Amino acid sequence: MKPAEYYQRDRLWQPPQLAPNYKTSVPRSPRQALLSIEQSMSEVTGPVFGHGDIDPIDNDLIKNYAKTGDPIGERIIVHGRVLDENGRPVPNTLVEIWQANAGGRYRHKKDTYLAPIDPNFGGCGRTMTDANGFYFFRTVKPGAYPWRNWVNNWRPAHIHVSVFGSSFSQRLITQMYFEGDPLIAKCPIVTSIPDPKAIEQLIAPLDMNAAIPLDSLAYKFDIILRGRRSTMFENRLEGN
Amino acid sequence: MPQKLDYRKETPSQTAGPYVHIGLAPGAAGFDIYGNELGRDIAGPHAPGERIRVEGLVYDGTGAPVKDVLIEVWQADANGIYPHPEDPRYGKVARGFRGWGRVITEFDTGLWGFETIKPGSVMGRNGRLQAPHLNLWIVARGINLGLNTRLYFADEEQANAADPVLNLIEQQHRRATLVASREMRDGKPVYRFDIRLQGENETVFLDV
Ligand SMILES: [Fe+2]
Repeated sequence: MKPAEYYQRDRLWQPPQLAPNYKTSVPRSPRQALLSIEQSMSEVTGPVFGHGDIDPIDNDLIKNYAKTGDPIGERIIVHGRVLDENGRPVPNTLVEIWQANAGGRYRHKKDTYLAPIDPNFGGCGRTMTDANGFYFFRTVKPGAYPWRNWVNNWRPAHIHVSVFGSSFSQRLITQMYFEGDPLIAKCPIVTSIPDPKAIEQLIAPLDMNAAIPLDSLAYKFDIILRGRRSTMFENRLEGN
Repeated sequence: MPQKLDYRKETPSQTAGPYVHIGLAPGAAGFDIYGNELGRDIAGPHAPGERIRVEGLVYDGTGAPVKDVLIEVWQADANGIYPHPEDPRYGKVARGFRGWGRVITEFDTGLWGFETIKPGSVMGRNGRLQAPHLNLWIVARGINLGLNTRLYFADEEQANAADPVLNLIEQQHRRATLVASREMRDGKPVYRFDIRLQGENETVFLDV
């Protein structure tokens, strides 16, 4: 079987590079048109990861940096599936997340927000999807935090999510938001996405079925990567 | 009414933000958490081929270096084989060759760099060879959707002249934005590749 191409990215669904209300995008967005290329082996292949690359505790942000006890905050499970646009699961793919602590502070040299660092919270995790594309993390719900854009901008609570998929052309970084957060609609980073339906795709609903009684609430976040042509007909990358 | 197509939509991208290091390179954020930070060794110790260093700066539209960028690299081995099961020659990929790397800038200067081996030519479409190249993916605060580009090598003049992607760039002078210059430093080859996000000599970015 010859490798098949991935569907083209819907550039009207994705945020444009230049989103003037998100000020940093102004000097950092290309002005020239992207060069659209037909995919070759360089685009339909991508890095492969294995369980040897990570440790089992890496997906547990409540324990993976705990020093003197558990981190402060609302305990949550974040779970879902990585699927492609055809609805097929993406198995054995690396999912990495990072986030602020419950007070909205990042464990990062460059974060100077006055909310305190939590000595028991690192703020990052990673895992591999299983054979059916399922993944889960345990963490605490991140706090909202202020950022310099307009004078009084606040990021809605969010978790940054990085996913690989099966090819380098599926590589994606996004952010997961939480159902019901009034800051979502006010955020210039969120609203860089033009289609309100697309924004909804980033909002994880509360999932009481996955909550653990007397322990943790849960949010469900499915991630969709670019789909791929069927190989039933001629879609060959190579040939005559 | 026709039947409905039932495709799902790709999850929209959001910027990696200023704290991308926490998730993808926590050591650089200032803490030690993982037993193994991924993406630090692209080629491994045994892969044959020319050992090279690649470095550069990413500039914004005002000409200032971007100091919080993260770049990922995906490349073939010296024989042009990708370490991925769909490469038809996958079984012959160099031992221990990962092909993927992740690099961040020095916070003070914005300089980034990594060691690898120079890749071989890679099969393109319709049996047409592509010049040796590295596939790069760039994310940072202010970048809403990761930017794809390619790095080609200045000493591959002939192969570059025939490369199907370089030839697709309509304005010929812009092709040079994808070609890294080569110099020798302490007897070792170093390729310089500056990326300009915007403005004069803006790098050609790819919609893959
Ligand atoms: Fe953030």
